Amino acid sequence: MDILSERKAFVKRKRADSGLALDCEKASLPGAVSQRACVFCGARVVLNPITDALHLIHGPIGCASYTWDIRGSLSSESEIYRHSFSTDMREKDVIFGGEKKLEKALEELINKFQPRAVFVFSTCIVGIIGDDLEAVCKAAERKFGLPVIPVQSSGFEGTKSSGYRAAGDAIFRLICKGQAFRSEKEEKIPFSVNMLGDFNLAAELWIVKDYLKRIGIKVIATMTGDGKVKDIQDAPCARLNILQCAGSMGYLARRLKEELDIPFMKISFFGELDTINSLRAIAGFFEDRRIRENTERLIREESSRYSSRIEKYKKGIEGKRIAIYVGGAFKAKSLIKSFRALDAEVVFVGTQTGNRDDYEEISAMTNPGTIIADDTNPVELAKCLGEQKADLLVGGVKERYLAYKLGIGFCDHNHERKYPLAGFVGDLEFTREIYTSIQSPVWKILKREKDAGTLRYC
Amino acid sequence: MLEATPKEIIPRKALRINPAKTCQPIGAMYAALGIHRCLPHSHGSQGCASYHRMHLTRHFRDPVMASTSSFTEGASVFGGSSNLRQAIKNIFHIYNPDVVAIHTTCLSETIGDDVPSIIRSAQELIPEGKHVIHANTPSYVGSHITGFANMTVGMVRCLAKKNNADISCRINIIPGFVEPGDIREIKRLVRLLEIPGNIFPDTSDVLDSPMTGRLNFYPEGGARVETIEASGSAEATVSLGSFSSLPAALELNVRYGVEVVSLKVPIGIEATDRFVMRLLALSGRKTPPVELAKERGRLVDLMTDTCYQYQGKRVALFGDPDLVIPMTEFLLSLGMQPVYCLTGTPGRKFVEEIKRICDRRVPDLRVEAGADLFLLHQWIKNEKVDLIIGNTYGKYISKAEGIPLVRYGFPILDRIAYPYFPNVGYGGAMRLLEKISTALLDKQDAEASDEQFELVM
Repeated sequence: MDILSERKAFVKRKRADSGLALDCEKASLPGAVSQRACVFCGARVVLNPITDALHLIHGPIGCASYTWDIRGSLSSESEIYRHSFSTDMREKDVIFGGEKKLEKALEELINKFQPRAVFVFSTCIVGIIGDDLEAVCKAAERKFGLPVIPVQSSGFEGTKSSGYRAAGDAIFRLICKGQAFRSEKEEKIPFSVNMLGDFNLAAELWIVKDYLKRIGIKVIATMTGDGKVKDIQDAPCARLNILQCAGSMGYLARRLKEELDIPFMKISFFGELDTINSLRAIAGFFEDRRIRENTERLIREESSRYSSRIEKYKKGIEGKRIAIYVGGAFKAKSLIKSFRALDAEVVFVGTQTGNRDDYEEISAMTNPGTIIADDTNPVELAKCLGEQKADLLVGGVKERYLAYKLGIGFCDHNHERKYPLAGFVGDLEFTREIYTSIQSPVWKILKREKDAGTLRYC
Repeated sequence: MLEATPKEIIPRKALRINPAKTCQPIGAMYAALGIHRCLPHSHGSQGCASYHRMHLTRHFRDPVMASTSSFTEGASVFGGSSNLRQAIKNIFHIYNPDVVAIHTTCLSETIGDDVPSIIRSAQELIPEGKHVIHANTPSYVGSHITGFANMTVGMVRCLAKKNNADISCRINIIPGFVEPGDIREIKRLVRLLEIPGNIFPDTSDVLDSPMTGRLNFYPEGGARVETIEASGSAEATVSLGSFSSLPAALELNVRYGVEVVSLKVPIGIEATDRFVMRLLALSGRKTPPVELAKERGRLVDLMTDTCYQYQGKRVALFGDPDLVIPMTEFLLSLGMQPVYCLTGTPGRKFVEEIKRICDRRVPDLRVEAGADLFLLHQWIKNEKVDLIIGNTYGKYISKAEGIPLVRYGFPILDRIAYPYFPNVGYGGAMRLLEKISTALLDKQDAEASDEQFELVM
């Protein structure tokens, strides 16, 4: 395949006889049409679903406009997080500093909205002019008596993954502040977990929470989907952290283990197989006969519930060639397993932020001939899709129309999913969505026109 | 979700809640996409380009290509010059555009990168016959509309020439921050009026490109470089919208003495009339083509048939100034009351223009520039309206207050086909009228009791 020489180490075809050794975790090339985002984006997507906190973006208006209510994470109570708050920095603020404006904005906001906590995000420009977010937040915290936490998320200071870490640090501070406000450390609650790395897109978190409840496990804090400040501050009472999206929340899970002694377990509720394994692993942790029995019963009930409908859709998916381009590697791995269960062939796998181990694992899971890529750009992606004769791409918003233009199906496994893809029911929805896209009548129209040569104008 | 909005309006000094604007670079990116085979380039962090592409993609439902300098900490300390040089090299090598349109961001502006001199020093990296143009678009000044205007000025500065022998172009038309469908319609009107007009920037056939089963990295559409080059030799520049288009027309006037004809975006009957009459005058023809006269006649017919459905209704209107201004005028010509007119883009001119249009005809008028949707909601809470007209972000207020929303402006993220169908021209006015009327009647139907529920309306 013809790709830029500098990119060759980042895009490789899996061979049966040699290792992959894919280059990754590097900054994108200047001039690339990268699908990646920035530090701010990483921090914003992770923290935004905390529903009763106020998320104030300190910077020019764009960063607030583009991230206004785009996550699609649902709330059971507060809606404050769905507003867009910005200090809307102007030229004057850039020259003279934005601290005064930030102080004033915090005052106006806290009085109006009475939030449980405030996160203040720094943006590129704040990192350059050097506003002291720590000091302003500390003063506001004292004045208003609620946690006001700076998030160090200047766009250029790293990658989206650095943003995940900044968000993790902010959540950790929130938890510690809760401890400080308490008179003494509370007791652990038996059979309890925190959920990390689920953002409640299309109500997915509620599906998993319901499973846990049914097997006898209490969920203390959800991070961050449908997150609530008080619950998150109670997180230290849980016995275990279950970690879904390890790319975004792995850092926080490790910090909570090291510093607050909460063990964590990586799980994934995407696909029937991973759902079953995850439920069993969680039940296994608690070493309780009742929970184990409940779990097996739940698995029996749920997995038979959708199987006939899944079978129906499966017939239209079998043998199809699938491409996957997603943000984090955990999702790619779950997807590979899901497609294997559907007898579809995965022919391309790429991620924005995978690491060396992830790619080795992905390579081990796929067939020889599969192309594996890190931080791919649209030109490469289009070439790969064509060369691999893909029938469908799984990706995010920027890839959707690229796939359609190539005349192949698409499934959004990112912020814009409209149906839950997690758990047993998610497996059905996922299968249905893949089926609907691959079997859309529009492809027949396109093919007919192509065959008839009526598309000659192009 | 908006239950927290208090009725009482306390002036805010430092805080923007639910903005009615976004930042300059996205406007610059949109303008640049209106040049054929042009790759917009964002000189800043990766996130900027990613957000702008995502936002545009959500609105147009088409792939949007743009590259980025991918700033790191190093670039931010030592300047982005080497990133930009490397980017120029890579872009021509990988993506092979005819034009690279560089816009700055708040980051590169604040660290003080001098883009023109970096481009000058990178001449050896620019293949022959290719162009690198640029615009300064600091995010902390103006709005996305300012960014659009600045990039359009950049096109003139970097590409336009004066060549007295060039007769290919008589009239320049700068359509402003409008949809591909609008530009296609403006082109049709110009053809009908038989004017040798050249349009730039032109996003038709770029962001509404037909399905072919192939990814055209550079779709068929976009203003040709020669078109923009020839703009310096034109007789006049018709700029549509004083916020997004006039600055480029003024630039052409200052540089090459091209006459400026500043008009509103032809939305609604009056703005379209003025557009047609001015173009007619420029063409030297006496009467408009019959086809156009008939289109106008159909619009007036529709307006007379249906005026009882919307006359006297109170409207809250928000969005970009060049779209809100002619819409205000159109609503008045329908006998409606545009009581609240708001834009996020700063500018006293907007307030003055709206006041001038409304004159004394709208006693309850409230108008504000550089404002946000939180304020609009507060206005509405204080005194209700029958209809909201604005972009997708209006849906929160619409839901909270049970007021129908007619989607109009940028961005439309939750309904299909908006970029395809024009708002401009007589046909566009008919369509807007249909939408306004349907929104009001749908609400009436939905809320009618059985006794009040009518078949014929």
